[in-house]
Amino acid sequence: MNKKIMTVDDSASIRQMVSFTLRGAGYEVVEASDGEDALAMLAANRIHMIITDLNMPRLNGLDLVRRVREMPSLRFIPIIMLTTESIGEKSAQCKEAGATGWIVKPFKPAQLLAVVEKVMGCQTN
Amino acid sequence: MPDELERGRAIFLDEARELVDELETALLGLEDAPDDKELVGRVFRAMHTLKGSGAMFGFDDVAAFTHEVETCFDMVRSGRLCVTKGLIDLTLGSLDQVRLMLEGAGQASLETAQGLVAAFRDVCAGASGSEDAALPDGKAAGTACLPCRPAPYPGGGEPATYDIRFRPQPGIMLNGTNPLALISELRAMGDCNVVAHTEQLPPLGEMDPEACYTWWDMTLTTARGIDEIKDVFIFVEGDCELSVCRLGEGGQDDGRALLGEILVEKGDVTPEVVEEALRRKKRLGEILVDMGKLTPAERDEALAEQRTRERASAEQAGMASIRVASERLDVLADLVGELVTAQARLSRLSAVLGDPELQNITEQVEKLAEMLRDNTLGMRMVPFGTTFTKFKRLVRDLSRDLGKDAALESSGGETELDKTVIERLSDPVLHIIRNCIDHGIEGPEERGAAGKPRQGVVRLSASHSGGNVYISISDDGRGLDAELIRQVAVDKGLVGPEERPADGFLFELAMTPGFSTAKSVSSVSGRGVGLDVVKRRMDSLRGRVDIVSAKGSGTTITLKLPLTLAIIDGLLVQVSDSFFVLPLGSVRECVERAGTGANERQFVDIRGELVPAIPLRSVFGIPGGVPALEHLVIVDEGGQKVAVAVDTVVGEHQTVIKPLSRAFRGVEGVSGATVLGDGRLALILDLPGLISCAMKEEADWLRAA
Repeated sequence: MNKKIMTVDDSASIRQMVSFTLRGAGYEVVEASDGEDALAMLAANRIHMIITDLNMPRLNGLDLVRRVREMPSLRFIPIIMLTTESIGEKSAQCKEAGATGWIVKPFKPAQLLAVVEKVMGCQTN
Repeated sequence: MPDELERGRAIFLDEARELVDELETALLGLEDAPDDKELVGRVFRAMHTLKGSGAMFGFDDVAAFTHEVETCFDMVRSGRLCVTKGLIDLTLGSLDQVRLMLEGAGQASLETAQGLVAAFRDVCAGASGSEDAALPDGKAAGTACLPCRPAPYPGGGEPATYDIRFRPQPGIMLNGTNPLALISELRAMGDCNVVAHTEQLPPLGEMDPEACYTWWDMTLTTARGIDEIKDVFIFVEGDCELSVCRLGEGGQDDGRALLGEILVEKGDVTPEVVEEALRRKKRLGEILVDMGKLTPAERDEALAEQRTRERASAEQAGMASIRVASERLDVLADLVGELVTAQARLSRLSAVLGDPELQNITEQVEKLAEMLRDNTLGMRMVPFGTTFTKFKRLVRDLSRDLGKDAALESSGGETELDKTVIERLSDPVLHIIRNCIDHGIEGPEERGAAGKPRQGVVRLSASHSGGNVYISISDDGRGLDAELIRQVAVDKGLVGPEERPADGFLFELAMTPGFSTAKSVSSVSGRGVGLDVVKRRMDSLRGRVDIVSAKGSGTTITLKLPLTLAIIDGLLVQVSDSFFVLPLGSVRECVERAGTGANERQFVDIRGELVPAIPLRSVFGIPGGVPALEHLVIVDEGGQKVAVAVDTVVGEHQTVIKPLSRAFRGVEGVSGATVLGDGRLALILDLPGLISCAMKEEADWLRAA
């Protein structure tokens, strides 16, 4: 079975870019438009990894990560955050909330895939 | 991908226009309610998205420009700046600027843009003087880069060896990080040696299953730079203790690092401590001189010789392989067999005693024995292709002697086989090839007349499947004449004149001793010692011979052999007090059924498929009744599924095959025996034999009924 990745972003263009890139590499992709939306969809889907934006309406990325980490079945799921800030305060915040890693926007498809493979581990195909 | 980027751009443009409109609404709302946090948040988010997505799709100017606005509103959000009429005017002005940029008006409005940027910076600077300096001036989002390297590229530099110590904090996995993934990423970078330190692992009862107690020392030889190695751990910076240091110069370490040096490099001891320790120890030469047994001159000479020898041995180490007499390997294989048997006894004993410490050691011994077995048997493996030359030569010489034109085509030469098997296989294959050329392939004229190419082809191929090796020899000659074989069989009284057996049966007959259809005895074959020799030899290797032939278009003879002769993985089963081993490679599944109480043969329904059942109890005449719950082992033998009914399935068993004594060699359905951990014996079942034996009994039973 293909690994299923959820992309959470309020920007449709980013979602499009992320999901196209991942689908091209053989992953299944589920799209959510903000944190609340993501939580609702997590309940209904078996997801192997989450890629989420930081700033979103309703429920932002950091709060989403905190809520996800509270769910017993998703305690160890890899979560990648998309930020525009390079390393520093923001990445520390991401880590504190429970994110596995982060990608700084803008990024190229190859960079996204490299990070996805990195956190999923041995999934190179 | 370019198409997709275009599509992404189009979507971004639509989205950006919407965002700008939304921003406008929000800003106008903010004018009426400057303290509305929600509105400020909306403005910030919209700017943020414009910046992030803009940069993604190549609108670097938009990204750079909105970065300034975003910074400004981040300060508003955190309360460091107040919303003023001026700020709103400025922002509205910048929206118009963004619109122009989106429409691609770029150049024309550069000056306005710069003016606006300067104005925003003034606002920010006014709010907090120091803040401005902290901002990476001009380094907008467009130039920010990903912390991780892009797609891996082969490093161009010289390979170097790095010593890496990775000591994650116990909570590292709570962030979704898999430490093993990081290690396998390192392993993918080059030659990597990993040592896991598990000393801190608490007893099972006190262990927190969500914590990581292990830490790792790795030695990696790679052409990638040190930065790339550190990048592997980029997401766990701060969650682990990480040290990466380059070992010696000149890439590949010569492997002669001294213990003291290694310890110092790892920081376990200081150089002074090592020196101190070394001073306490005297060199052997000095000790001997002190004892008066050696003169200093003798010592110096011996040291010089030592250096020469070291140099010589270093040169020799360059050689990749050594030759070992095959008897030594045989002895090694025998010893490993004995070890596996002894280890089975140990495992059993430790299971009975139930001492955790003993179990620990036993498991380790079991693992080692298994690795030793695989390595030892692996040492005896030789690619089948090494024999091809011999066969090629044979085909060439034979076809010349017999006035035929034939070539040998070979494939699967890389298929590995036990050396003993290859040696013993050589004769049967020679026999078969001889047969192919003498009887199979026709003379050039005859071939021409039959519309075949003048040159005949003998194909020799080898392949692996499951625990077996298949060697097949085929020719495109005239094929076996089933009718002719039948007649010879009738003449010899093997088949009744009226019987019309299947071709397969006739071909089997052709393999019985003294059976030849050759009209004349030639110098190479036709003496009736061909196929029966092949069959006998294959039986001794626990192999089988299959013949498929079509008159006029050729014959294919397939030899099926087990991969090794010494040790197999088996499934141990029990019927009353007797134990049996089934080759694990043939086992498909195990199911249970309520005992029928009857010993008669029947079919079982396995998910809609009818599979004939063979009750071992009745086949071997074991006394005792069928238990209430019977186990069925479903085996697949040459495409034929059979359910072997037993009392219980004991489990997997490393089976060291011991041959049966001569008295029992003829017993059908059994190919050998093995010694179990408690010293009892188990018979190894020969499935094809067992099936044909059961079929024969069935036929007898039907006849009698």
